[in-house]
Amino acid sequence: MTWGVEDLTVDFGGGTPALDGVTLEARPGEVTAVVGGDGAGKTTLLRVLAGVPIPSRGRVHRPDARKIGFMPATSGALRDLTVAENLEFIADAHRFDAGERAGLLLERAGLAPFRRRLARDLSGGMRQKLGVVLAMLTAPDLLILDEPTTGVDPVSRSEVWRLIGSAAAGGTAVVVATAYLDEAERATTLLMLHGGRALLAGTPADVTAAMPGAVVDRAVPTDRDRAWPRGARWRQWLPGGSPDAEPPDLEDAVIVAMLGAGAGR
Amino acid sequence: MKAMILKEFRQLRRDKRTVAMLVAMPLVLLIVFGYAARFDISDIRTAVVGPAAEAVESSLQEPFDAVVVDPSAGDQEARDLLRDGRASVAIVTGSAPAVYVDGADLFTAQSALRRGGNLPEGVQAEILFNPDLSTSAVMVPGLVGLVLLAMGTIITSLGVVRERQEGTLEQLAVLPLRSRDVIAGKIAPYALIGVFDLVLITVVGLAVFDVPFRGSVWVFAAGSLAFLLAVLGIGVLISTVSQTQGEAIQLAIMVVLPQVLLSGLIFPLTSMPIGVRWVSYGLPLTYFVVIVRGVFLKATPFGPLIVPFLALVGLATAFFGLAMFRFRRVLTPARAARVPKEAAA
Repeated sequence: MTWGVEDLTVDFGGGTPALDGVTLEARPGEVTAVVGGDGAGKTTLLRVLAGVPIPSRGRVHRPDARKIGFMPATSGALRDLTVAENLEFIADAHRFDAGERAGLLLERAGLAPFRRRLARDLSGGMRQKLGVVLAMLTAPDLLILDEPTTGVDPVSRSEVWRLIGSAAAGGTAVVVATAYLDEAERATTLLMLHGGRALLAGTPADVTAAMPGAVVDRAVPTDRDRAWPRGARWRQWLPGGSPDAEPPDLEDAVIVAMLGAGAGR
Repeated sequence: MKAMILKEFRQLRRDKRTVAMLVAMPLVLLIVFGYAARFDISDIRTAVVGPAAEAVESSLQEPFDAVVVDPSAGDQEARDLLRDGRASVAIVTGSAPAVYVDGADLFTAQSALRRGGNLPEGVQAEILFNPDLSTSAVMVPGLVGLVLLAMGTIITSLGVVRERQEGTLEQLAVLPLRSRDVIAGKIAPYALIGVFDLVLITVVGLAVFDVPFRGSVWVFAAGSLAFLLAVLGIGVLISTVSQTQGEAIQLAIMVVLPQVLLSGLIFPLTSMPIGVRWVSYGLPLTYFVVIVRGVFLKATPFGPLIVPFLALVGLATAFFGLAMFRFRRVLTPARAARVPKEAAA
């Protein structure tokens, strides 16, 4: 069963809709990354998919609430409960016998020594990891994670992605919002949002290959409106193509898509 | 310094609720204290019974106002009228004349005794229910309500809004819990603490201040339960319209303060102008004060308290029902999101 949203529009008022006709598919065993800048609509999309009450138009395909694992951007951990009590609450709410799974997930997330620590006393990164563990606890069919690695150190980030990978390997459909493009490259497919609209969708390789025009490497850009720095040098987009084009990567494709949408830089 | 002052003004301008409170509260307090906060009694509800009832009624002078005139009634009926709260002073005429004053209605009783000059000659007024006119005896039962009100309204509103502020309310909304389970779970601890507080304040009040408890425990329990439901409902209602704990506390204070001043807990309702009194009639504490003073001091049975009971149950149903409706809307995805049922496969 494929989960997701079709032609989803969310309008909070104030002119521009938060989401405008967005479609997202989440297939079992695959990781779908939702990327985009601040205010792109990532969180709104994930919240509607998870079932948070938000007035919206369009179709939502989601499993029964017992089969959804959702981690909001705030991690979702109850701050006044310990790590173990948080796990117990989620398991009880789902009437799920977490058994050894809770311990296994805590081990994998590096949280096993902190079972008795209050969630509010965990570091920001540890609390994010706890949020991922809570969302995965009941082995959901659809796992929705809103920026799980924001504020997480590089080692913990790889731990989180190992957890995400293990969920997908177990047949879960995973939807992850992220602001990091290197993480989007690990996903099976990605959906890029900009100003509430879907700008790009497909596998990272397809998205990169479909980039219009060419990207060149320059010491000094000739058109600063279409250039962005990388290290000590510049990348520049030439919509008409170029004989000295560099092989584009996902970052190039995403920035070009935003430039093409008139985002400017 | 200029930057700091400018920043504060800009923040204050956007905090409309605080601005409203800064402007509205002084006005409300002025009006409340100006009109309602009065200890002087202009109207004493008086019952006149016995064969000469009509003659005595015609000789009554202000502030005595005959609300019951019954030539066929006797001494016991006069006492019952005071017990049931239908009058504050009862005059018995006939072979064994007597004047009874309701000591549970403290300021009215004091005023009646001061102005007793036009009572029948040679008759000594007898103060019922609170013969020493003890302030504690009148205040402690009411304070039980005040504690429940403050605890129920402020703490409950904070408990629910905290979930919203920490971002965990939306997670509760997507968990496979029925909204009534979430609501019940959310309120149960506060209801239990409320019951514990109720018992604690009552026991300490009785033991330390030597306040009598003459009535039925069951009537007291039923009244307390209805009152607790009303205040928990107000607390949840506040939490559904507040984004932060600060906002919730502000609103809770704005709800609690008028009840303290206008419920009859401190200032007698009869000395308030009718317009202000109508506000009092919309406040749960007004009815709880009547019930709790009746039970503690006068052993008033359930029957005569039916009107305050019905009003309290009505208010509790309204506040609690509205709170549940709003809370449920926060928690129910299908209804609020307008996602077609068949689409939420």
